[in-house]
Amino acid sequence: MVSFLAEAGEHASETVHEAAAVVPGLIRYTWIIPVLLLLSAAATLFLGKRVPGKGALLGIGALVLAFGLSLGVLWHFVQGGETYTSAVPWFSIGSLDVGLGQYVDGLTAIMLVVVTSISLCVHVYSLGYMHGDTRFTWFYVVLSLFTAAMLNVVIADNLIQLLVGWEVMGVCSYLLIGHWYEEKKNSNAAIKAFITTRIGDIPFMFGVFILIGLTGFTTANIAEIGHVIAGENGETVSRLAVSMAAILLFGGTIGKSAQFPLNTWLPDAMAGPTPVSALIHAATMVAAGVYLVGRLFEVFLHAEQWVLTTVSVVAAITMLGAAFLAVVQDDIKRVLAYSTVSQLAFMVAGLSMGEAGYTAGFFHLFTHAFFKGLLFLAAGAVIHGVHSNNMSEMGGLWKKMPITFWTFLIGALALAGFPGLAGFWSKDELLVVANHEGSWLFYALLGTAVLTAFYMTRCVLMTFFGTYRGHAHPHESPPSMTGPLIALAAASIFVGWIGSPVFQGLFGQWVFFEEIEEAKLIPWIALLSTAAAFIGIGVGYALYRRWQERDPTRALGRVYTVLERKYYQDELYDWAFVRPVRDKLSVFANWTNQHILDGIVNAMPMMARGLGVVTYWFDQKVIDGVVDGAAETVAEAGGILKYLQSGRVQRYAALLILGLALLTIIIITIQP
Amino acid sequence: MIHLPIALIFGAALFAIGIYGVLARRNAVMVLMSIELMLNAVTVNLVAFSQFLKDMSGGVFGLFVIAVAAAEIGVGLAIVILIYRNRESSNVDDVRLLKW
Amino acid sequence: MTWENSAITIATFLPIAGAVAILLIPKEKDRTIRIAGILVTGLAMLAALAMLPGYDFHATGLQYELSVPWIPVIGANYHVGIDGISLPLYELTFALSFLCAIYTYRYVPDPGKTKAFLALMLLLQTGMAGTFIAFDLILFFVFWELVLVPMYFLIAVWGSANRQYASIKFFLYTLFGSVFMLLAFLGLYFASPGPHTWDIVDLTRLGADGAFGHTFQLIAFGGIMLGFAIKVPMWPVHTWLPDAHTEAPTIGSVLLAGIMLKMGTYGFVRIALPVLPDGARAYAPLIGILAAIAIIYAALACLAQKDLKRLIAFSSVGHMGFVMLGIATLTEIGINAAIFGMVAHGIITGMLFFCVGSIYDRYHTREIAQIGGGMSQKMPYLGGVFAFVAIASLGLPGLAGFWGEVMALLSAFNPAPGLSVGLFRWLMVAGGIGTVLTAGYFLWMLQRVNMGVLPDRWSEKRFSDVLPVEWVAWLPLLAATLILGLFPKLILGVTNEAVSSLFALFK
Repeated sequence: MVSFLAEAGEHASETVHEAAAVVPGLIRYTWIIPVLLLLSAAATLFLGKRVPGKGALLGIGALVLAFGLSLGVLWHFVQGGETYTSAVPWFSIGSLDVGLGQYVDGLTAIMLVVVTSISLCVHVYSLGYMHGDTRFTWFYVVLSLFTAAMLNVVIADNLIQLLVGWEVMGVCSYLLIGHWYEEKKNSNAAIKAFITTRIGDIPFMFGVFILIGLTGFTTANIAEIGHVIAGENGETVSRLAVSMAAILLFGGTIGKSAQFPLNTWLPDAMAGPTPVSALIHAATMVAAGVYLVGRLFEVFLHAEQWVLTTVSVVAAITMLGAAFLAVVQDDIKRVLAYSTVSQLAFMVAGLSMGEAGYTAGFFHLFTHAFFKGLLFLAAGAVIHGVHSNNMSEMGGLWKKMPITFWTFLIGALALAGFPGLAGFWSKDELLVVANHEGSWLFYALLGTAVLTAFYMTRCVLMTFFGTYRGHAHPHESPPSMTGPLIALAAASIFVGWIGSPVFQGLFGQWVFFEEIEEAKLIPWIALLSTAAAFIGIGVGYALYRRWQERDPTRALGRVYTVLERKYYQDELYDWAFVRPVRDKLSVFANWTNQHILDGIVNAMPMMARGLGVVTYWFDQKVIDGVVDGAAETVAEAGGILKYLQSGRVQRYAALLILGLALLTIIIITIQP
Repeated sequence: MIHLPIALIFGAALFAIGIYGVLARRNAVMVLMSIELMLNAVTVNLVAFSQFLKDMSGGVFGLFVIAVAAAEIGVGLAIVILIYRNRESSNVDDVRLLKW
Repeated sequence: MTWENSAITIATFLPIAGAVAILLIPKEKDRTIRIAGILVTGLAMLAALAMLPGYDFHATGLQYELSVPWIPVIGANYHVGIDGISLPLYELTFALSFLCAIYTYRYVPDPGKTKAFLALMLLLQTGMAGTFIAFDLILFFVFWELVLVPMYFLIAVWGSANRQYASIKFFLYTLFGSVFMLLAFLGLYFASPGPHTWDIVDLTRLGADGAFGHTFQLIAFGGIMLGFAIKVPMWPVHTWLPDAHTEAPTIGSVLLAGIMLKMGTYGFVRIALPVLPDGARAYAPLIGILAAIAIIYAALACLAQKDLKRLIAFSSVGHMGFVMLGIATLTEIGINAAIFGMVAHGIITGMLFFCVGSIYDRYHTREIAQIGGGMSQKMPYLGGVFAFVAIASLGLPGLAGFWGEVMALLSAFNPAPGLSVGLFRWLMVAGGIGTVLTAGYFLWMLQRVNMGVLPDRWSEKRFSDVLPVEWVAWLPLLAATLILGLFPKLILGVTNEAVSSLFALFK
């Protein structure tokens, strides 16, 4: 036993040692980043209530370290470093060897920075936002655990390890959405989120199976699968199998990134505390779906064309559909949620355009994480101030909460694509790629950009301008909340420049697929996207300049109703899946179990008992009847014959003599 | 030498009288006496055939019968006396205890 | 007698010796009896654990083997041994029994009678442990049946309201299956060429050499399958399980779900598949289909349950469906997954039954509607433990429940040669749908029990949160759930070699 464990350890150190000789530097220890967060989650869980700060500081400390390390890892790629991968054996089952490993390339580094920085902001922000919450420490436990899981997804070098992090994220999301589980609405949303993403995870899992199958059930390593699919080991792989794998894997993306048709959970997930929405449901976890496509891009590129076409169509439906829904929302978080769905579709659309869109898609993921995180946190500050999610109960807050206002405005402009801000550059890149590829997605992207600018203008005007319509007394948030806002606002202004053509597309030198895509500035596209932003903002300003009791979008009439009911998608799912399964099929299964399957079982003793009754009757009446009958016959005969016993001696004697006489006569008569 | 038939007829007559006595008399003593008669009839037959067949065993058997008859009458009379003491009667019709 | 050949005998029969010793303690000394129960099971567990240092994890054959004539007239031997397939289940038996004894220190169900309760539990332990190390069909059968009697009494005496019905149903149902199994065993004995043998190792070798005819294999496999399938239980012969579980006392449920169900699946892996490979190939699609039905059907039935304990019982049917699906694929991955699934299910579902037992102890009801939610408010630790275990049971990666399920599905993606790939892929899809439904009913259960606001009727009551005794009994299970989830090698490293050598014949 001891040798058995020791051997595993030996193996591990050996592999690490071997790798150490090849690649110098911090990058070898990338795996420490998720482990740090895992440790902080465990420490917060067990010690949290006993240390100062109720455990929050443990997570924040770990994240500061992790953020520093992530920057170090990114620095490796800034300097033009090579991709690095290493693994230790984890377990073997049959012929399949699975390792625990890290695969660090530019994309990983960028994701590490995004996740740790946003998570750090959210951790700090929650100090103020969750202050006094009954489950404050628990909140930080799950927040840290989530971050660890997300980081694990980011660095995982094999699909099984990725799947572990992927599902743990899902459960953390479930726990955090349902953090205030006293209200049924919140726990419902939590369940919906978990189940819906799991529905997507099942195809994802099957896709993983196909990929493992393609390697002959020997490995789940992403790089090796890539080699197999690219035919680098000399064997050609069935393109149909690859296509199936790709489309199934995309199921995971649909679920996690809330793409059509599994998009309904994300807006409901806003039931969770706002920092959670910022971290999980805007910046990181939902982007993991996009990351997955990027990480397994080899699979998608080697799939048949229809796979990427399907991805494009899904992205287009999602981006436009969600953008329209964002237009009619009153709940500020829901506006942002639909916006997130729509923007995620931007990223998916980028990736669906093939190698060229890879960099642009991830660039948008990168910038979006900052400004959407910012928007959510600012919205959280607003909600914290006015104790309501509804924009109809806000208004005029710009004076009362100036920092929140200015940061929110920056985020909104960045999202709307205001020139120079983060969102502008990434959207521009997407449009450039779409134009270059001649894809029809160009128009969908442009249309969505107009809508985005419009609903963000509406949101800003309704929230911060006009007169205050609520009942609480709004005030500026504490520094623990405004600090992260300012940091993210700064990021929203500046991170876009990293990938902009002004700096020769620095981002593209870190995150690329196969070959570096140069960022291009095509003047007419830049002008067009700027125009789109200004059209949206202008129309929004014209309609919402002044608060109106009746929302101008109601003028759409029946269309408004359809939008307001979210295209009846929830009702459809409820009617087609949830109710039948929960109320009909389950009852049917239970009924058949109790009455048919168990009925047969219960009928058997009953039949046995019936058989017993028959047997008993036969035994009592027939078999025992013979015995009793003999006795009864004797008794009755005796009853008759007893009269012979008169007690008169002389009668006996007479009979005796009579008998003797008869006997004599018989003997004499029959004598020969 | 008496002829065999004569002895047999005598025995038969004696037996018949005994039967009559057993069946007809009501007095227990008389019934016992009649049984004695029947026994004696048998003894007569035994002795007669013994003589006729020149075989001594018949005579020996006769002696046995006499001995047994004596014993029987002893026991029988003792019972009758006990019955008489208890019931003030020696009528066989009055002792019908052994019935159904 | 050396440690090498007597270790198994000592560990296996120690509980029975302990039972006798406990019977000698006067019944007034209730506390002494309970401590004695903990001591005996603890000693037995130490004896079982003491086998680990000398166990060679790379060898494939039997270890700690002992074979002596037992009933020479019929050629039965006392043949015991342990290999990678037995070891995890054997150790699990001792560990769970020990924890049950600890739990009993606090909870002896009505009507008391601690002495008899513990003695029966120890008898049960010997029976269950013996099943996993017996390598002679007669010995196997004796241990197999030995389990029935104590469990019958545990349910019939210490059960809840409907215990008479449940206990008799359990007993007769299982016995019914055993009869066919015994007939099949007899068939194997007389069909074995040369000197007839009951020896499982010999029979396995004969089976691999093709000593048994095709038709015979079909018939014999059918008989054995009936016996094992009822124990597993497979759909549609599972209906004794919900009743037995619902009525059994807490530790009865724990041992029933934790170990006894595994006897059936273990039987498939140990006897049915290697001895009768042709039969296995012929029946594999049927087993697979029944397993897939069980997964979906049980999940649906769970959604309809109103009784918490019955819900958990039905979830067992579904989880064992995954185990059977893995076995039905006849692949190394599938069978490794099945063994992992058995251990994981033993730990997790055992823990779930502990939780339900403790919930019942507080609320005195198992009706979900009666409990009415808000448990996490009232008892945050119990709520937390319950949520953790439920989430582990729904197959969260990183916890033990995941590996058995996902690897079973992976094996169904590519079953052994000769089996219909198309069929098994459909079964895989069904299993996938099952995992979604499983998540659905567990989360719904948590919502109705843990979440929400505490109803007024409970807010006045004084409920104690998880007690020290409960922590002691539960922490090892909770830790094992996490550790096995993070390091599946702890089980797979033990089983992989043994499975590979035993099931190479299906390649």
